Amino acid sequence: MKKKTILFLLALLTLFAAGNASAKNITLLNVSYDPTRELYQDLNRSFAAQWKAQHGDNVVIRMSHGGSGTQARSVADGLPADVVTLALAYDIDALADRGLLARNWQQRLPDNASPYTSTIVFLVRKGNPKHIKDWPDLIKPGVQVITPNPKTSGGARWNFLAAWGYALKQPGGSEAKARAFVHALFQHVPVLDTGARGATNTFVQRGMGDVLLAWENEAFLAQRELGKDRFDIVVPSMTILAEPPVAVVDANVAKDGNRAVAEAYLKFLYTPQAQDIEARHFYRPRLAAVAQKYATQFPAVKTFTIAQLFGDWRKAQAKFFADGGVFDQIGPGSQPDR
Amino acid sequence: MALSKRRRVLPGFGLSVGYTLAFLGLIVLLPLAALAWKASGIGVAGLLHLLAAPRTQAALKLSFGGALAASLINALFGLLVAWVLVRYRFPGRRLLDALVDLPFALPTAVAGIALTALYAPNGWLGHAFDAFGVRIAYTQLGVGIAMVFVGFPFVVRTLQPVLESMDRDVEEAAESLGARRSQTFTRVILPVLVPALLTGFALALARAVGEYGSVIFIAGNMPMRTEIAPLLIVQKLEQFDYAGAAVLGVVMLGFSFVMLVALSLLQRWSRRWAEASP
Repeated sequence: MKKKTILFLLALLTLFAAGNASAKNITLLNVSYDPTRELYQDLNRSFAAQWKAQHGDNVVIRMSHGGSGTQARSVADGLPADVVTLALAYDIDALADRGLLARNWQQRLPDNASPYTSTIVFLVRKGNPKHIKDWPDLIKPGVQVITPNPKTSGGARWNFLAAWGYALKQPGGSEAKARAFVHALFQHVPVLDTGARGATNTFVQRGMGDVLLAWENEAFLAQRELGKDRFDIVVPSMTILAEPPVAVVDANVAKDGNRAVAEAYLKFLYTPQAQDIEARHFYRPRLAAVAQKYATQFPAVKTFTIAQLFGDWRKAQAKFFADGGVFDQIGPGSQPDR
Repeated sequence: MALSKRRRVLPGFGLSVGYTLAFLGLIVLLPLAALAWKASGIGVAGLLHLLAAPRTQAALKLSFGGALAASLINALFGLLVAWVLVRYRFPGRRLLDALVDLPFALPTAVAGIALTALYAPNGWLGHAFDAFGVRIAYTQLGVGIAMVFVGFPFVVRTLQPVLESMDRDVEEAAESLGARRSQTFTRVILPVLVPALLTGFALALARAVGEYGSVIFIAGNMPMRTEIAPLLIVQKLEQFDYAGAAVLGVVMLGFSFVMLVALSLLQRWSRRWAEASP
């Protein structure tokens, strides 16, 4: 009898508590690309704590990771992403083309909607036995370069454009010279993996090649996970500023009513707290103060952007990577007379 | 309907046929219809343009040529393995038998990475071959090896039951009638095995043609040389070119269909041959 009363009271109490605490449970889906796994684990924890403190609601951010293009296709085909955080703007443009978000999405947030950046650097074997210092060293006889296929890997498109831009920006540089340089560069590529992780595997585990073209954050990761005694990072004299963009998917937040949280989440990525987390995960922060703090980690390097050299990603994609584009014309297996 | 009035030995014909049709339609025909529908957007001109591209031709040649070679190897060695597993008793036979299924069970990417690790110039086997100037990983040879690996179980598993159910009496009779051993094999055993062998060959072939996961790791994926047709499809998808990807898919399907039909004709002919042989 007594036991029953206690149980009853407990049940009542639970009901009351549940009814009283009006803490909502909000779930966001962030569809991202491959190497951001650890980054967003930390960022999400931090954002959830901040949102809880400010609004009292519980935010759970679910993640989905994969190749940038594959992820974009999933969202286009109905994966209900509230936000997308991908490797290149072209993949989000494709979603805008399908009416999932506004075409001007890249102007809705600061810095081309890219809260953090990276660059393309060279990962070489310890001691840099082939003396690779800068881009022209990659096309010296006997040097083999590992980079994934730009047709299947978003990351590799940045590699390609970094090489192109370097040649273009040299004194006396021209379109023709850039073409010749990148053509020569791909003569030194023995294997075209379909993704960045595959290329890293080929370079690190299979021992193929002398230099791996990689995003700076991935080069740091590879070094940290595989040991500093095995690889060196070489920063070339000039490289591309890789801007992985983020966006709220309008059509999906309208459906589940998550717009406010989703927008706050992306704005959070620009705050000093988040920028610090991003820098710890080897992405270059946008905020000068945070960048200052990590100055020893990220050597100063001259960069150019997609906007400066090619206008935007749509144009770059159409010119270089579409079927019959520049990569097909001068890449491996190309028919020069075509 | 006279047909439905006649009593059948097995009950539930209508139900089971209905179920079969619905299931086949849902699982097989519907996706294929969707593929054809997506592909139709590109038109005949687009299809011809795609087929005329040297890159497409090279990829198709590698995918189908490689698959054909790999299935031939599988047919030969699968027959050998099935024969040994069925006809001989030796310690470890059951373990070997279980190993045959491994290529089915392994996720293809894992298989691809394992094969590449083995055959890359710094891998155990790759290193040994490299000494003779033979490259396996990142060449067409590597593509073939991955295709052999994924198709291998099909031949063994289709042959085993046939071998097991074969009457030894017939062989003994052949021998007692004065047939040489080679004659017993070619005139008595082989005719019975050929239909199953062809089935296994066709299954291995179909699997190898469509294989993506394991091949891309070992292929090197160089256009015109080691680029398989499924990779071209993925490249189209990366450009959000659904129609182009679907067309390539339909082309591959068409080729596969022709090959499978040819094989089934061959099979029918071989059955007649088996019945005709004394």
